[in-house]
Amino acid sequence: MPTDFSSFLRGWLTVAIFGTLGLLLAGLLLGLSALVRPKRPTVEKSMAYESGVDPVGDGWSQSQIRYYIFALLFVMFDVEAVFIFPWATQLERYAGFGLVEMGVFVFVLLLGLVYAWRKGVLRWV
Amino acid sequence: MHLLLSPMQQTDKLISPSVNWGSLTPLLVLLGAGLVLLVGAALSARGWAKGLYATLTAAAAVAAGVLQFVLWNSTVHHGPKSLVGEALVVDGPSLFIGISICAALLLAALVTDDYLRREDIDSPEVYGLYLMAALGGLVMAASNDLIVLFLGLEVLSIALYVLAASHRKRIESQEAGLKYFILGGFSSAFFLYGVALVYGATGTTRLRGPESIKTALALTVETDKHRALLVVGVALLLVGLAFKVAAVPFHSWTPDVYQGAPTPVTGFMASAAKAAAFGALLRSVVLSMPELRDDWRPAIWVLAILTLVIGSTLAVVQTNVKRMLAYSSISHAGFILVGIEAAAHGGESGDRGIASVLFYVLTYAVLVSGTFAVSTLVGRSGDGAHGLDSYRGLGRQRPVLALALAVFLLAQAGVPLTSGFVAKFSVITAAADASSYAIAIIAMLAAVIGAFLYLRIIVSMFLEDGDAEGERVSIPFGTGAAIGISVAFTLVVGFFPGWLLELARDAATRLY
Amino acid sequence: MIAAADVTPTWYLLLAAALFAIGCTGVLVRRNPLVMFMCIELMLNAVNLSFVAFSRTYLDIKGQTTVFFVLVVAAAEVVVGLGIVVAILRRRPSANADDIAELKG
Repeated sequence: MPTDFSSFLRGWLTVAIFGTLGLLLAGLLLGLSALVRPKRPTVEKSMAYESGVDPVGDGWSQSQIRYYIFALLFVMFDVEAVFIFPWATQLERYAGFGLVEMGVFVFVLLLGLVYAWRKGVLRWV
Repeated sequence: MHLLLSPMQQTDKLISPSVNWGSLTPLLVLLGAGLVLLVGAALSARGWAKGLYATLTAAAAVAAGVLQFVLWNSTVHHGPKSLVGEALVVDGPSLFIGISICAALLLAALVTDDYLRREDIDSPEVYGLYLMAALGGLVMAASNDLIVLFLGLEVLSIALYVLAASHRKRIESQEAGLKYFILGGFSSAFFLYGVALVYGATGTTRLRGPESIKTALALTVETDKHRALLVVGVALLLVGLAFKVAAVPFHSWTPDVYQGAPTPVTGFMASAAKAAAFGALLRSVVLSMPELRDDWRPAIWVLAILTLVIGSTLAVVQTNVKRMLAYSSISHAGFILVGIEAAAHGGESGDRGIASVLFYVLTYAVLVSGTFAVSTLVGRSGDGAHGLDSYRGLGRQRPVLALALAVFLLAQAGVPLTSGFVAKFSVITAAADASSYAIAIIAMLAAVIGAFLYLRIIVSMFLEDGDAEGERVSIPFGTGAAIGISVAFTLVVGFFPGWLLELARDAATRLY
Repeated sequence: MIAAADVTPTWYLLLAAALFAIGCTGVLVRRNPLVMFMCIELMLNAVNLSFVAFSRTYLDIKGQTTVFFVLVVAAAEVVVGLGIVVAILRRRPSANADDIAELKG
């Protein structure tokens, strides 16, 4: 092994060897069983297995549009929480000023929630 | 500083930044009005009385404008200052552009009220979005930090995406919203990457003042690697902002979006968004990176010339008036870029360049708001009649309205005794002062080519016979008032430009 | 962690540049608005990665805080964009950038 390999790359070499071995092993076992086993496909056998119930419809079914607005609201409020975590870790340093600032921030978020509620977005249609 | 490496437990109290609430009031007024409007309208069972939304918006615009005048007065006495730990500044250019945005907001609110009634849309959200967009614009114009600038840009842009798509009955409006959204998001990403690279090269995102990009550039002899990073970063910043101001070759969204968006929104986009984006361009590149000017000034030069030539020539072949006005707004962006190029030279001629940019932005904001106000009325119910033939015979049917539009168009063409002439003149003289003769000459030629477009609309209004079909254009009070204010401003500044030029020059020298 | 110290911030910057380029190409090449959104998101996240990398080189917290702001802005953008797409989808079955061509000139 050449010595000018950085130790970092050598670390990855292990991963590469391990990954290749894993793939080979899996391929070998699957290939062997494919060679040995009898092959008699029927419609029932090639159906997707859903705990014994016959599958209905397409794998790519479209979900109902009414979900999307909850998802959008969730994304928005969820992401705003990113500002609250760092503030919480440094609560004592930020002291009163930080508390007031966060109060204002949460208040504005609440206004958004009130708006969504009054617009009937939170109701299940 | 080193939170990254040090453990969490730090007992030293944080020194909270000085906020300077008094100077924040224009922003707070707009924000407060927007929140009250949205939540108040949602909470009330049957909605507010018609016209109240627009009244509140207009009142907020006037209040924010007046507060900025008060702040202007205080900068005259106490000098410009910074707010919120140097994130924002209150100085000449920021206040001047802020006032332009408030003027655009006022005119847009007046026009939108009648528009929504005609189109039978009941929507306080539109006004809330106007207020938020104006807030974002004010933040952009006043930012002293690239991140704050980005936040302002996004607040403005996101509000405008929704506004562009806000006419729910017209598929064109939603299409415009989608197109604007995709290209706007694309350009924001470029801008942001530029911010990241500039941060990587200088270690800060602050624009001016202590420990800022400006001082970093002035102090250090950067290594080549950092310099390359910086130049690429500035190039990306320019790409992002050129998208927003609709400079060629980043203009492709403009005609479609201007045509598809509800006409009052188009007027607001052309006035407020452009003003804010030019304010941001001035602040982020021109004023903060003078040491790099040899690298970015040629880019501005090329942008200005392309924008002038292509904006003016493509406008001529259009048949839809909103598209014509879109191309005309592109060519106006070219004129403002001529002023930016002059400002880039620095020194005294640079100050004159800044002053000419500020003057142009304000006068154009009023002009274009008025033009689109007329266009809103001519669009008739459904907001669809924007072909050139819809203007045929307007001179006989509605002489006063046609006359007002003629004033706006002549001013946009740069005919003497209008504000547009003074604006074009000051930009071109600023360029000549900075010895950018080539660009000055091209600007004059572009003005001549552009004049053809405006004459075409005027001829159509007055000299061609109207087709009797189609409903009569009605002139409601609010829109009439907006048009009246714009005409008065255009003519007064055209006849007596001295005071406003003086103000703009004053603003240009009163820098933080 | 054996020898991960060899990964300098430059590596991350290169990765970020590559991601940004992929996103940029995606926006220009793909025609489905949803895929175009995703590409824009990819560009923004590439920028986030460079912010963090620069933040690490300068041992300065500011680059990391910026990432929070960018994340929130990106989320707001997506919410607005999806809202517009859904509004269009309600009126027509497919949303393809080439089909949406009422505006031309």
